[in-house]
Amino acid sequence: MGLETKPLSTLHERSSYNVADFDVPTGREEEWRFTPLSRLKGLHNGTAAASGTVDVTVDAAPEVTVETVGRDDVRIGKAYVPADRISAQAYASFEKATVITVPREAVASRPSVITLRGSGDGAAYGHIVVKVEAMAEAVVVLDHGGSAVYADNVEFVIGDGATLKVVSLQDWDDDAVHVSHHHAQLAKDATFRSFVVTLGGDVVRLSPSVSYTAPGGDADLTGLYFVDAGQHLEHRLLVEHTVPNCRSNVTYKGALQGEDAHAVWIGDVIIRAEAEGTDTYELNRNLILTDGARADSVPNLEILTGEVAGAGHASASGRLDDEQVFYLQARGIPFDEARRLVIHGFFAQLLEKIEVEEIRERVLAAVEAELAR
Amino acid sequence: MPTLEIRDLHVAVGDKEILRGVDLTVRSGETHAIMGPNGSGKSTLAYALAGHPKYTITSGTVLLDGEDLLEMKVDERARAGLFLAMQYPVEVPGVSVSNFLRSAITAVRGEAPKLREFAKDLKAGMDALSIDPAFAQRNTNEGFSGGEKKRHEILQLELLKPKIAILDETDSGLDVDALRVVSEGINRFRGLDASGADTGSGVDTGVLLITHYTRILRYVKPDFVHVFAAGRIVEEGGPELAEKLENEGYEAYTKASA
Repeated sequence: MGLETKPLSTLHERSSYNVADFDVPTGREEEWRFTPLSRLKGLHNGTAAASGTVDVTVDAAPEVTVETVGRDDVRIGKAYVPADRISAQAYASFEKATVITVPREAVASRPSVITLRGSGDGAAYGHIVVKVEAMAEAVVVLDHGGSAVYADNVEFVIGDGATLKVVSLQDWDDDAVHVSHHHAQLAKDATFRSFVVTLGGDVVRLSPSVSYTAPGGDADLTGLYFVDAGQHLEHRLLVEHTVPNCRSNVTYKGALQGEDAHAVWIGDVIIRAEAEGTDTYELNRNLILTDGARADSVPNLEILTGEVAGAGHASASGRLDDEQVFYLQARGIPFDEARRLVIHGFFAQLLEKIEVEEIRERVLAAVEAELAR
Repeated sequence: MPTLEIRDLHVAVGDKEILRGVDLTVRSGETHAIMGPNGSGKSTLAYALAGHPKYTITSGTVLLDGEDLLEMKVDERARAGLFLAMQYPVEVPGVSVSNFLRSAITAVRGEAPKLREFAKDLKAGMDALSIDPAFAQRNTNEGFSGGEKKRHEILQLELLKPKIAILDETDSGLDVDALRVVSEGINRFRGLDASGADTGSGVDTGVLLITHYTRILRYVKPDFVHVFAAGRIVEEGGPELAEKLENEGYEAYTKASA
């Protein structure tokens, strides 16, 4: 398949399975201007040979089937076409893909956990397909850790009336580089809930996107990140409303602390002319806890129809609220504890959305650990 | 016996001097009312004593039980026994009333309250102030009405049991029923029962009541009344002074200081 262009929108106009269709980024391109290319260890320019490993193990619910398949499996690449150079590189380079299927009308009795562990030197490329067939329901956890230079694409294919809840945890070692696309394709009346938590890694660039094939789709994407000194954590959201009467809601919140901590959030929503009755909202908030940290937050809402049910976005980056800290201190609570409470509060509403108790506890513990640093 | 001693206190916001030499002593068992027109510096006094970073102490001393209050951090002042019921309590999103109160009690007492005891005290405190029990799970001050915020401040007063309580315009924005409920809470803190008789339990507490209007003084009877104008106390007296202000207003003081 060759280069596709969608001239109706200025956002994300290209997609191709072919690496050569994308120029090597220079850092001047809109889609790359925030990313420190020199720290990508060659993922962007074809020099990162696939000499490393990221082990993928799956602990699946009994109702769910797990397969490791070759490149020629027909289920791969059906829902998503790579939208940038690294995504295409990952698509061209992976050897084995993991395909998880939740059969029609099956309700998974527990979360299926996909554990990805990097083990040191060399780049690795991956591909995962999670297919939830009509009327089925499942919770899937992607747990990334270890040391790696890793690029991958993940496809979530959600059938008619099906529900998929995904928790993706990026808690890599300090030297890791991870560039990833997560694409969710929602069929008629499908429900998608995504919870992204990014904490560890030198550079993490995660691009979650959503598309709809029929009306009634409902996507809710939540993200939480905590950026420490020297880290670059980037989330690039794209929700593309191409059919009528679908809903999307994006809420990402992050805290930053330390010299050269850098968060990037791009929130693109396109409502195409045919997507009447769309209801969408996106929000990003950053809490900057120290000097030397920087948050770039860019919401883009492109509306090509006059008939929307609701469309809005909000972005704010700011310091810890002195008045809140004062109020708590005035009740005897020491500064450090007051700060901890306010930051907890900042994330609290997001954490409540993690319905998997053990994951919520783990994320909470990870946030606690970040606050203790 | 707790005593708050304020001597020749000068406070500025930026380059602007707001308080220009305040002298005031509040002893335990006493209730002092500070009254004055808007902009006279009443709230500045309250926030400066609590240690709000916006206010700079340019000279003077404040002692709480002989300890230098001005040397203490905001939270140290609270743990030393000073409480400020704020005119505009701050919303703290994502922190429930229950979690907030438990953290505050833990900090002030130096140890976490037993869960059962805390739940009991909280329920009793909320009942006494006619606060809906569901409030315990709501985010602190978020979406509270003006009256709900003030009740929540007095709930904290009763649970934290400070030595000296500064109540900054606690009566503002309250309807008659809420004013009565809040005043009863303040009186319980002072150790007075519903009939106004001393129960002896408030012997170690002093109250500094800051208000623009006299109506709360019908419920919370002051021992001393101070009139504030242009950043200092310009007249002092007993409860009868409040009556005079009720009838004559602040005009005489604002003219004199202008």
